[in-house]
Amino acid sequence: MADAYIYDAVRTPRGKGKASGSLHEITSLSLATQTLEAIRDRNELDTSYVDDVILGCVTPIGEQGSDIARVAALNAEYAETTAGVQVDRFCASGLEACNMAAAKVMVGEADMAIGGGVEAMSRVPMGANGGAWSTDPSVAIKTYFAPQGVGADTIATKWGFSRDDVDAYAVESQKRAAKAWEEGRFAKSIIPVKDQMGGIILDHDEHMRPSADMQSLAALQPSFAGMGAMGFDEVIKQRYPELEAINHVHHAGNSSGIVDGASAVLFGSKEMGEKHDLKPRARIRAMASIGSEPGIMLTGPSYVTEKALKKAGMEVGDIDLYELNEAFAAVVLRMMQALDIPHDKINVNGGAIAMGHPLGATGGMILGTMVDELERTGKETALITLCVGAGMGTATIIERI
Amino acid sequence: MNLETFKWDVDADGIAHAIFDVPGRSMNTLTAKAIADIVAITNEVATNDEIKGLVISSGKPSGFCAGADLGEMNQSAGGSGKPAAEMSEAELKAAQFERGFILNKTLRELETCGKPVACALNGLALGGGLEVALACHYRVAANDNPKLQFGLPEAKIGLLPGAGGTQRLPRLIGVQAALPLILQGESFKADQALSMGVVGELVPSSETVAKAKEWVKANPNAKAPWDEKGFKMPGGQIHRSPGAGQVQSMANAMLIAKTYGNYPAQTNILSCVYEGQQVPIDAALRIETRYFIKTQQRPEAKAMIRSLFLSMQELSKGANRPAGHPKTEFSKIAVIGAGLMGAGIAYVQAKAGIPTVLVDVSKENAEKGKDYSRRIVEKDISRGKTTQEKGDALLERITTTDSYEDVKGADLVIEAVFENEELKAKITEMAEAVLADDAVMGSNTSTLPITGLAKASKRPENFIGIHFFSPVERMGLVEIISGKETSEATLAKAIDYVLAIRKTPISVNDFRGFYTSRCFGTYTQEGMHMLSEGIKPAIIENVGRQSGMPMGPLEVSDSVGLDTALKIGRASAAATGADIQKDTRMQFLAWLVEDQGRVGRKAGKGFYDYNEKGKPSGLWPDLNSRLDVKVDECPPELKKELTNRLLVRQAVEVARCFAEGVITDARDGDIGSILAWGFAPYTGGCCSYIDLIWGVDKFVEEADRLAAKYGERFAVPDMLREMAAKGESFYSRFPPAGSEAKAAA
Repeated sequence: MADAYIYDAVRTPRGKGKASGSLHEITSLSLATQTLEAIRDRNELDTSYVDDVILGCVTPIGEQGSDIARVAALNAEYAETTAGVQVDRFCASGLEACNMAAAKVMVGEADMAIGGGVEAMSRVPMGANGGAWSTDPSVAIKTYFAPQGVGADTIATKWGFSRDDVDAYAVESQKRAAKAWEEGRFAKSIIPVKDQMGGIILDHDEHMRPSADMQSLAALQPSFAGMGAMGFDEVIKQRYPELEAINHVHHAGNSSGIVDGASAVLFGSKEMGEKHDLKPRARIRAMASIGSEPGIMLTGPSYVTEKALKKAGMEVGDIDLYELNEAFAAVVLRMMQALDIPHDKINVNGGAIAMGHPLGATGGMILGTMVDELERTGKETALITLCVGAGMGTATIIERI
Repeated sequence: MNLETFKWDVDADGIAHAIFDVPGRSMNTLTAKAIADIVAITNEVATNDEIKGLVISSGKPSGFCAGADLGEMNQSAGGSGKPAAEMSEAELKAAQFERGFILNKTLRELETCGKPVACALNGLALGGGLEVALACHYRVAANDNPKLQFGLPEAKIGLLPGAGGTQRLPRLIGVQAALPLILQGESFKADQALSMGVVGELVPSSETVAKAKEWVKANPNAKAPWDEKGFKMPGGQIHRSPGAGQVQSMANAMLIAKTYGNYPAQTNILSCVYEGQQVPIDAALRIETRYFIKTQQRPEAKAMIRSLFLSMQELSKGANRPAGHPKTEFSKIAVIGAGLMGAGIAYVQAKAGIPTVLVDVSKENAEKGKDYSRRIVEKDISRGKTTQEKGDALLERITTTDSYEDVKGADLVIEAVFENEELKAKITEMAEAVLADDAVMGSNTSTLPITGLAKASKRPENFIGIHFFSPVERMGLVEIISGKETSEATLAKAIDYVLAIRKTPISVNDFRGFYTSRCFGTYTQEGMHMLSEGIKPAIIENVGRQSGMPMGPLEVSDSVGLDTALKIGRASAAATGADIQKDTRMQFLAWLVEDQGRVGRKAGKGFYDYNEKGKPSGLWPDLNSRLDVKVDECPPELKKELTNRLLVRQAVEVARCFAEGVITDARDGDIGSILAWGFAPYTGGCCSYIDLIWGVDKFVEEADRLAAKYGERFAVPDMLREMAAKGESFYSRFPPAGSEAKAAA
């Protein structure tokens, strides 16, 4: 099978996902459009060679509904022949979109394809598209549905992460993100978001709280204790009777932030790159998705990592950099514990606890972050993964060219 | 019109009045005849131009209608036309649906007959009764009948409302308000019905029919709200309205927290409401019928109807009372021993209106026992559960004394002192010295053999065990134990007594531990076995609760007292000659009790720590480190294994009790297991658990497997193998005295 190469990656800064956030007055369509425009313009692309645009979006209703990928491609004035498709694998939608774009290149369906995602969480609230899993008793009961946060707290309880452990992780994430911004480590990928007049409305991640420390985090109340007490703790204990009680450790300060943003990553074959005089930046080594126990929901990353490593013929130690979306602090702590990954190899530039997690867009963003970081440090390989709703995990292994 | 279960007239204004009045019954139920009559009434109202509308009311002072006829329902499992055996699966399902849909179809036709229909409710309307009322366009209820109650209690006996209740109630008052009413089956009063919007208005009972007629006249074009264009679910519809998803999600979780998914009726109710609200009412009613049938076919439903409804009713009416003995009216009963049990017994007697003498070694002690009643009365008055007047009268019925002279003239004496044979013997002698020859001497013992205690009696034929459970005022069961010489007349009297204090009697024979004490311990013992195998305590406790038991086995052990458990364990080791040094479970128990002073709830510490109120605050944090925990994860396969061990172990002991003749009526076995030690109610009790949830042959197979793996304690009696070979069940081999429950089996 042919190789798929990453030629470019862009992302918007992440705006606070509420009415006071800078990006609240920018449409989802505009966010997606601006990333596609940037990919085109930075690479002087003849878009008639782009076969497909695949965008992740977790709440595809309202302005994000009805295949925002094709609509954004049209709005960005890509060639009419460029198709578009929106995909939803919950939090890994953006990475899944990239994996699909890469796969299309690998099998020869596409010569050039864009993966990425968009989520304006301030405009289309999380959960606004409903769904059967959380509501329909016929599936919710037998699969131990509980809100993600309860699952994250269950991970902390089951594998022994205290409130201090998760808070300390969060403080470190803020520190790393602040340092990364200070040193301009994201500069290659960030495209400032423009407003209706073309003026810059946001050029940095505005969710960060670099001043967060153990003391300030200690003051925050656990977010999921109430829901747990109303019944979800018992739901989870049905699947994990070994837990006498759930230790609710997660709160707004050690969970991913709600933000607005979009991402786009350009994939293509070797020949296409040569033809258009594009420099390949990274090669896809392996891709994988997996399902794991849905009630605890967020243990997929270690399993999918093992799966992807196996496909690549690699071992945990062969990867130079790991990037695991910081949905909740315990998710990352568990992956480090399960695979024995040192903290200095994972989420080196902070993550969603500091900068936010624009659901469908995140996968494309952190893939781009890893391309930049491999180039900055001269390291070879990176594995990007996210925990996913309903117990899934998705991962991609890349190597620098 | 020729109606059998309704009276019928049409007034000068053309308003028809159908009065529900099933002949020969004190209470209306929805018999097949009644349903046929509703069909006829609907046709008449729809087609007769003279009739402008319809009012439905009841001719019974007891109320409107108590719902479906469960006896009839349990017998109509057959079906009409082609025999089920000859039908294809599709034909069978279609026939089942058709039969199950009859009442829904009937009521829907009534609801859409084209003329206004109102219901006048002067008394209770439960289950199908309320569903008939909900199918009317308007409901008027009486505001002057304190006995009036509405409700959909089907879920309590393992069913779901199958005549539109799961669809019309949420459409009327919203999902959030309707779900708890349907899931829990609790009844509600007229004023609650009004505030929730279940009824349109409350008026004096003499005016309900007139008001209903008035409404019918004023609303000639009445329709159900859900038949109006643009109808919206009050409080929002799932997947349409913000927040509705969360309500549903939360409702699912809350149900699991309460039932652990053990009750198919409740989970099916959730599905029924979830799916039904997304489609028009006609489709919704079809969905309801499908779930109704699905639920009804579950063994849990069959078991719960039989045990929790039919058997409970029969036993509570004295079904196991020997015939041919005149009923005893109690003019005076003495309770000897004013400790916790005696005090509780005195209270329930006084509450039932029976003059009670409470005897202890000193008047002061007896008064302390009476304080128990004073506290309950005080609490009930403050909560509006009783009046000062009634409370005073109750307390007046309890006379305290230290003199056996006051026992004179009692029809019955209940001895409720410590489990000490000598003391009990002495009391028997002292009491009998003043008692009449026909008075009955009852001992509230939980373990001491009655035949032995009766040796102290001059009249052993009048001596009987009357075993109460603690707390007496809350526990509904009394275990009656006949000794070798106890006469039938005495048994009849004892049962009369239990019925008089409004509790449910089961009748057992005199073997060590009787029925309940003997079987009760097996649950905690199995928990202790798991502990010694190195299974993490949290797993044992969670799986215990999740299996449907009210508490985990270790918490039960704490309640009984770990010192007691240790004593029993040592005694049985001594009896069997087992080497106690090799029994890690006993070693650990001994360490807990003798080294750590963790003797259980009474000490505020056992396996659990307890707060000042005696409530467990959590397992002792040191427990895991003090135990050699080998199993600290519990995937579904292990959970299933542990669940089966906990439940099968209890049921094996029950089967042995039947094999040995401790107990002889399957109803006693079932009801005793649920009421005495809380055996998972969704199973219908231990006998039904074997009969229906497993099937006798499959149960034997599982018990054999467990016996091979874990030991002889799972060995089934030969009787059970014989039953399996012959295709017998407990209900066929140990049939109830009456035949009604037998037919239901």
